[in-house]
Amino acid sequence: MSALTALSAAGDPMQPDFSLWVYLAGSPLLWLTLTLVVWIGSDALAQASGRHPLANPVLFSIASIAGLLAWTRTPYATYFEGAQFIHFMLGPATVALAVPLVQHAATVRANLIPMAVALVVGCLVAIGSAVGFGLLFGLPEPVLVALAPKSVTAGVAMALASTFGGDPALAAVLVITTGIIGAVTVTPLMTLMGIRNFAARGFAAGLASHGIGTARAYAVDPVAGLFAGTAMCLNAVLTSVVMAFLYG
Amino acid sequence: MLRGLTILLVFHLAGEVCARSLGLTIPGPVIGMASLAACLLAVNRAVGRPSGDLENSGLGRVAPAVLGSLGLLFVPAGVGIVQHLPLLVDRGPALFAVLVCSTVVTLVATVIAYVGADRLVRRRRSDAA
Repeated sequence: MSALTALSAAGDPMQPDFSLWVYLAGSPLLWLTLTLVVWIGSDALAQASGRHPLANPVLFSIASIAGLLAWTRTPYATYFEGAQFIHFMLGPATVALAVPLVQHAATVRANLIPMAVALVVGCLVAIGSAVGFGLLFGLPEPVLVALAPKSVTAGVAMALASTFGGDPALAAVLVITTGIIGAVTVTPLMTLMGIRNFAARGFAAGLASHGIGTARAYAVDPVAGLFAGTAMCLNAVLTSVVMAFLYG
Repeated sequence: MLRGLTILLVFHLAGEVCARSLGLTIPGPVIGMASLAACLLAVNRAVGRPSGDLENSGLGRVAPAVLGSLGLLFVPAGVGIVQHLPLLVDRGPALFAVLVCSTVVTLVATVIAYVGADRLVRRRRSDAA
C-alpha cells in the first residue's frame, strides 16, 4: 500500500511542488514577506537613482506585486490576507504625524497668518480643481469622490474615499500619481514664477503633493521641507473637515 | 519604542471610537492625530518643555521610524488597483490630465496665497513699527 502511494507520488512530479504552493498561497506569510522584500528592493532602487521623483518606490512596488499576482493568478483577497498586517499600520502612522507637527509648533506660530491663508486657499483649490477638471473630462461620480482628496496623504485619502462611496485603491493610486506630478513640477514651476520664498514653495509642495512633495522639498531646501511637512499634516485635517461638509 | 507605539494605538483607538460613536465622517486616525497634537502641546506647556524637544521620548523615537517608511504602508491598498484595471485603461489619459491640471493649479494658488499673505503681514508690521 505504501509502495502504491510512493508510486503515485512519483508518477506525479508536480505533486510536492503543488502542495508547497497550496500551503504558501493560503498562508499570510508569503505575501507579507514578499511585500516587504519588494519594498526594500524598490526603495534601494530609488536610493540608487538619487531619489529622483520619477523613481517612486511606492508605484514600483505596486506595479511589481500587481504583476506577480496576475502571473500566479492569485486573487487580491488572498494577497490582502498577508498584506493586511502592513495596511493596519496606516492608522497609527497617520496619528504619528502629530509628532513632527508639534515639533514645528514654533514655526507654525511664527507664520500663522500666511500658513492659515495658504492652507484654506490651497485645500479648497485642490478639492475644487480636482472635481472641476474631473467633471470637464466627463469622469463618473464614484471616480470624482476618489479624486477629491488626491492632494492628501494616502492613508487619509483612502479613508475619505471609502467613507463617501469612492474606491480606496483608486484613491491610493491617484494620490501617489499626484505626489509624483507635484514633485516633478514644483521646482521648475516656482522658479518660472520667480518665487524665492522657500517657506512658501515648501508649503505649496506639501499641501498639493503630500509626503512625496515633502520629500522633494527636503531635497531642495531644509526650510522648504519643514514647511512642506507642516502643510501636509494641516491639509490632512482640513480636507477631512471640508469633505465631511461637502459630501456628509 | 513600545510605549511610543502604544500611545499611537491608544490615540488611533480613541479617534475611531469618537468617529464611529458620534457618526463623524472625519477619519478616526485624523481625529487621533489632532487630539495627540493637542495633548502634546498641553503637556509641553504644563511641564514647560519647548515644543521641538520630543526626540528623547518614546513617541519621538517611534514616529520617525513609522513615518520613515510611510510609503510601504500604501502598497497593500494600492495593489487593489488590479481590481480596477479596465477603469485605468478606459479613463487613464483623462485621469492623468485631471491630476496634472489640478496639481499645477493647486501649487500656483497655494504659493500665491502664502506669498501674498506674508507680504501683507510684513507690511502691516513695518507700518506699526
